[in-house]
Amino acid sequence: MTKVIEIRDLYKSFGDLEVLKGIDFSVDRGEVVSVIGPSGSGKSTLLRCVNQLEESTSGQIKIEGYDTADPDCDMDRVRAKVGMVFQHFNLFAHLSVLENLTIAQRKVLRRSDEEAHEIAHRNMEKVGLLDKIDAYPNTLSGGQKQRVAIARALSMDPDMMLFDEPTSALDPELVGEVLAVMRTLAEEGMTIVAVTHEMEFARYVSDRVVFMDDGVIVEEGPPSEVLVNPQNARTKKFLQMILGD
Amino acid sequence: MFAGGIAKARRERATRITTYVVVSAAALALLISTDWPRVFDKLLNPEIAAAQFPEILTIAARNTLIFTALGFAGGFVIALTMALARISSVKAYRVFAGWYIEIFRGLPLLLTIILIGQGLPLAIPVFRGIPIFWRGVIALAVVTGAYMAETIRAGIEAVPPGQMEAGRSLGMTRAQTMGFIILPQAIRVIIPPLTNEFVLLIKDTSLISVLGVTVATKELTRWGRDGVIEFANATPLVVAGIIYLALTIPLTFVARRMEGGKGR
Ligand SMILES: Nc1ncnc2c1ncn2[C@@H]1O[C@H](COP(=O)(O)OP(=O)(O)OP(=O)(O)O)[C@@H](O)[C@H]1O
Ligand SMILES: [Mg+2]
Repeated sequence: MTKVIEIRDLYKSFGDLEVLKGIDFSVDRGEVVSVIGPSGSGKSTLLRCVNQLEESTSGQIKIEGYDTADPDCDMDRVRAKVGMVFQHFNLFAHLSVLENLTIAQRKVLRRSDEEAHEIAHRNMEKVGLLDKIDAYPNTLSGGQKQRVAIARALSMDPDMMLFDEPTSALDPELVGEVLAVMRTLAEEGMTIVAVTHEMEFARYVSDRVVFMDDGVIVEEGPPSEVLVNPQNARTKKFLQMILGD
Repeated sequence: MFAGGIAKARRERATRITTYVVVSAAALALLISTDWPRVFDKLLNPEIAAAQFPEILTIAARNTLIFTALGFAGGFVIALTMALARISSVKAYRVFAGWYIEIFRGLPLLLTIILIGQGLPLAIPVFRGIPIFWRGVIALAVVTGAYMAETIRAGIEAVPPGQMEAGRSLGMTRAQTMGFIILPQAIRVIIPPLTNEFVLLIKDTSLISVLGVTVATKELTRWGRDGVIEFANATPLVVAGIIYLALTIPLTFVARRMEGGKGR
């Protein structure tokens, strides 16, 4: 069975700063992976390399079996197939929620207006915000914005969803509604890679936890092992720090 | 301490009154010594003012607006191109646009108009085929484009970088994201400064008459100046000035309102 994501020996530098230092990482179809690690360890950079928002310095990234370094590989198609949800939502401020969900469907997938609308409706229903479909982003709460951002990504029928700290910018009382949507996606079999500090999600929703530190994957495995009984000293220290005990 | 304060206030008031008296006396002297009938005759002569109409509107003001509109449209295209070149990932484009902007913002407009309108046709014969009217328009567009390029670039850079990333992550190309996501948001920021640029351009069209005019291509300033010579009277210039103000003051007001509206 092909891996949805297959990364080998990935290096990424910004000028003199080496951020990813030899990452091997793969994800199976339907797998839910939580990536944890201290600030600056390269978690965002890893996600951004996966959907080609950053160009890697060396190494191999295969998405659905396609080598992204292959000049024949259409990067825009890859990005369209990899859904991405950002910490700060990044909704298109000048467009209504509906237009946020339809613009890329029409421009990239060349869907008709009716088809795009129908898919937008379906996804807004899925995130529980159908009544907000004609609203503008600035009228929504943070939690609602993030659910719209998820619906927007889903409208492209992605093969996988990448989440970069999707709840970090939210007030605590709004975190739950976003996690609930992510949990539903996971249950439906969506392939998910989520950078998150939500230990509930990492522990009970994900199939695997990856701990990154200083540009390398230090430890990975089922949450019941990595989170409960970490082997590496750095993992232990990090978990102690965020669990606050 | 308080007593000193009162004395100080009293001194300040005395100074203010003295200033007021001196200025009023000077103004009064000027008013009395002025030959008012002559001023009205040479500056605000109703018959000469009336004689300007309707041509000062149908020819001169119309030409001013045509020069402004064409110069602005051409300038906007140039500016958008230069702004995009300026933020391009290709270094050669960035450098080219950078020099273009520096050069045409650094030269006096009059020099550029003469250079493009008279210098280039001398150096490059094909330019002689371009009518003088269009040489003037090109010169205006080239210069206003250099100024507007920086305005547009600033507008693009005011859009949060996350917007480009979100567009890209949905599979849109850079060009699509720029066109459908970034520029529509940037436009809101740049409309007030572009309106100010338009006002400047209305006034700057007065310079292109140095390239020479026919009766049909005179704009407001040239019309006023020729009127001064023809009638030995300044009234045509005053009328032209009033028409400029009727255009520029409302536009400036609108631009300021738009800027103010954005919660400053
Ligand atoms: N575009 C960039 N240019 C230069 N340096 C960058 C860039 N993006 C990230 N970095 C640097 O790379 C390092 C890793 O950043 P990254 O955002 O991947 O970390 P992270 O693990 O996501 O951290 P956080 O938890 O704070 O989000 C940091 O030191 C950061 O400053
Ligand atoms: Mg990050």
